[in-house]
Amino acid sequence: MKPSLRRGSPAQRNTGRHKAPLVWVVMAIILIAAPSLFPSGFSLTLLTQMGTLTIFALSYNMLLGQCGMLSFGHAVYSGLGAYVTVHALNMLGKGAFVTPLPLMPLLGGVAGTLFGCLFGYVSTRRAGTTFAMISLGIGEMVYACVLMLPGFFGGEGGISTNRSVGRPLLGLTFGPAIQVYYLVAAWSFISMIAMYALARTPLGRLANAVRDNPERAEFVGYDARVVRFLQLVLSAFFAGVAGALSCVNFEIVGAENVSALASGGVLLASFIGGIPFFFGPVVGSVIFVLFVTALSGVTKAWLFYLGLFFCVMVLYAPGGIASLFVMQFPVIRARKFGRLLAPYGAALAAGLAALAGLIGIVEAVYRLSDSTGGTRMVLAGIALDAARAPVWALSILVLVVGLVALRFAARFTQARWDAVQEELKAA
Amino acid sequence: MKAALELVDVHKSFGSTRIINGVSLAVAEGERHAIIGPNGAGKSTLYNLVSGRFPPSSGRVLLKGEDITNLTPFEINRKGLSRSFQVTNLFHNLSVYENLRCAVLWGAGYRYSFWHRLSKLGEVNARVEEVLERIGLARRAQAAAGTLSYAEQRALELGVTIAGGAGVILLDEPTAGMSRTETAHAVELIRQVTAGKTLLMVEHDMGVVFDLADRISVLVYGEVIASGPPAAIRASAAVQEAYLGTLGVTHA
Amino acid sequence: MDFLLVQVLNSISYGLLLFMLTSGLTIVFSLMGVLNFAHTSFYMMGAYFAYQISRWIGFWPALALAPLLVGAIGMLVERFALRRAHKFGHVAELLFTVGLAYLIEEATHLIWGRTAVPYRVPEELDGPLFSIMGTQYPIYRGFMMLVALAMLASIWLVLKRTRIGLVIQAALTHPETVEALGHNVPRVFMLVFGGGVALAGLAGVIGGNAFVTDPGMAAALGPIVFVIVVVGGMGSLGGAFIASILIGFVQTFAVSLDWGLFGYKVSQVAPVLPYLVMVLMLIVRPKGLMGTREG
Repeated sequence: MKPSLRRGSPAQRNTGRHKAPLVWVVMAIILIAAPSLFPSGFSLTLLTQMGTLTIFALSYNMLLGQCGMLSFGHAVYSGLGAYVTVHALNMLGKGAFVTPLPLMPLLGGVAGTLFGCLFGYVSTRRAGTTFAMISLGIGEMVYACVLMLPGFFGGEGGISTNRSVGRPLLGLTFGPAIQVYYLVAAWSFISMIAMYALARTPLGRLANAVRDNPERAEFVGYDARVVRFLQLVLSAFFAGVAGALSCVNFEIVGAENVSALASGGVLLASFIGGIPFFFGPVVGSVIFVLFVTALSGVTKAWLFYLGLFFCVMVLYAPGGIASLFVMQFPVIRARKFGRLLAPYGAALAAGLAALAGLIGIVEAVYRLSDSTGGTRMVLAGIALDAARAPVWALSILVLVVGLVALRFAARFTQARWDAVQEELKAA
Repeated sequence: MKAALELVDVHKSFGSTRIINGVSLAVAEGERHAIIGPNGAGKSTLYNLVSGRFPPSSGRVLLKGEDITNLTPFEINRKGLSRSFQVTNLFHNLSVYENLRCAVLWGAGYRYSFWHRLSKLGEVNARVEEVLERIGLARRAQAAAGTLSYAEQRALELGVTIAGGAGVILLDEPTAGMSRTETAHAVELIRQVTAGKTLLMVEHDMGVVFDLADRISVLVYGEVIASGPPAAIRASAAVQEAYLGTLGVTHA
Repeated sequence: MDFLLVQVLNSISYGLLLFMLTSGLTIVFSLMGVLNFAHTSFYMMGAYFAYQISRWIGFWPALALAPLLVGAIGMLVERFALRRAHKFGHVAELLFTVGLAYLIEEATHLIWGRTAVPYRVPEELDGPLFSIMGTQYPIYRGFMMLVALAMLASIWLVLKRTRIGLVIQAALTHPETVEALGHNVPRVFMLVFGGGVALAGLAGVIGGNAFVTDPGMAAALGPIVFVIVVVGGMGSLGGAFIASILIGFVQTFAVSLDWGLFGYKVSQVAPVLPYLVMVLMLIVRPKGLMGTREG
């Protein structure tokens, strides 16, 4: 019996097409409602940053997750897009009409595309690790150029602007933060849909193929270099959009916009969220902004913790936070999740203990090395003296105990997980 | 009649080691041609030369009379030659369906388009479903290629090779590692999907070779020592000596 | 003329230092397929360890101990972390080394603070080696060249004359075969990784006091090292050597030249030059000078 060739045949079913519109509706609702749920000025800043980073991270994942291209210099495209936008805004302020503010991101996108063509031509001649190194080199080169040409780039101080210039559009000046948020949210939404759609085109699919097996892609008629080049150019467009929005939000663009730090940040955000999943970078952007802002206010060692978190994730959850959640779905659907609560709880407790010990040590080290401010520090509301032995002894003890407990908890979790997987397979 | 695929005095050396030592071969259109030979004779190297994985040290390769000697793999593929791999070489994270779709897209004219929606490409999807059905993987269409069983992967490997509609097919040990029943099944499949096409096949399984091939060439130490219809090869003394040595031991 | 001679000598000593760094990186990459993004972080580690040990004991013990310490840490990293990342593929390995670079840099911040530490050239080596027409050439630069050349010679000896060197050479192109022959490839990996970063540490010991020892030194040198590896060709020691000397010359001469170029002094454009060399190489000869292995 021939399987049906109509749409919805067994081969085509289960592609999740019915689920797709629902996801976008939910996303739209979240974007619209977020400021009402978190109304403070500070929260609004965070939300806007998350929105911008989301576009940037999704564009980054077009390269890494979809096409297997690890780039250490993606901030070049967003940063240069930001620079173009800041000049356009200043021109708008002086009366020369370029585009209305809400369309500025398009300008940034075009700038990103142009630079994508320029740098992409050189960098996509190689793949894999070499491509990564080239992207690093180009990133450093652009950064050095930015500092070298203060005329266009404003040198170390950068270039500032005022976003509420030009005639108000439908009564919106985009001066207030809430208006900027909704501008970013709208562009975020549009970009997400666009990138989602792009992944479902011939180029998008061949990008996946080139990621998995560039040689075979050539043997089915595709020049892998062209695929990578086009994917990079498209990705650079959205990076430019993100850069433009960042410029509108912060009203200043400086060398840090094209720096290795910015490139590293988007890599971290995407990875933490989950490279193999389309919405992974979205999740990652939210977590990254929260992590960085929350943590940097609390401890000076936040970059250390971020680096440690990243290393642990690479080693134990390379698919990101998204992968950890997605792994649970089959278990939840089979209603066996309760079996995992105990081992997860144990692992969490042990992990927190180890973390507490580590924090004690790290904060004490920091306090001692910082010659200003003495040796007193406050941890979780408790005043401690970092120079005193008990602090060290206790921290080390807690850390060691926590790590040992974690080893047992991990074994327990693995055993229980395997058992549940066996049951699922048998069912 | 112009040969579909022709090798003209092809040589290949790696450093000072000569692997292919002057091979000339012509495969007529629609012919099923098998290449056999002891291990290390250079069969895989010959394939790589024809399909553009690396260029020959000297000599020419002609596809339908056109010189394809120094072209890249994708240029050769676009001219109508497709090859399979001895070690399964698929897009392991993509589903069976998507693997096949990738093989169809260029031939269908979509090139590097990023403005066409995949789900709306009626002809492409129809062709994919057709190949899916032929290779018997319709039930596994959504499974990731990396999770298939060995035989399923070999079937998909074959599917990806023929899905693009190339006129000249190169199969590299298609039944390697298969059981008797799997082999018989594979032979039938190959026969069906390559009907009307030109087939060049490397094989070790003599049963398969004598079953499928119209003509056989024997490759030993980088040279073709005999070429002809199966009966002639079976009877050839040179071939027997190459396979069995000169100890005079005959094989039934 | 004297200026030229000093600059040439400086270029060579700097280039040799760069080669010390890139040689370890190249060997590890050729053997294990992973480009250690944290390589220059181990360079920094070597400098800081040397600084600390110099303060407690002295420079000469530091010269011996610091690289060993760095190598030991490298072996631990390989054994307990990199090996695990290896299972997830090259991208994961590379990303882990990125995280490691952050970690090491931040740990350095935490322990020694954010400003440069006064890691000085020891008195015995401080001073002029010779004077040519009024310009002095420091002893220490000569010492750097000596150490670098000695290290080069040792690498060559190990690779060409010892058993483990033979295994390494074989594993450079055929790791699976080497393992099938019964060699303990994981242990070889651990030793080579440790050795590679120990080389970086040694470079840090002798470079840290010639130049500055501050937490930014890893990030400052990192991109240059990778440019050298790309220009020389991934996986080629010979290419890395030539490219190191080349970049050594480019950087040394560029900052001291006052020629005009498109309205800019060469010295102003100096930071960009290594990257321009890389871009040019990519356009003209993507494989690099003597490239063998793709990432």
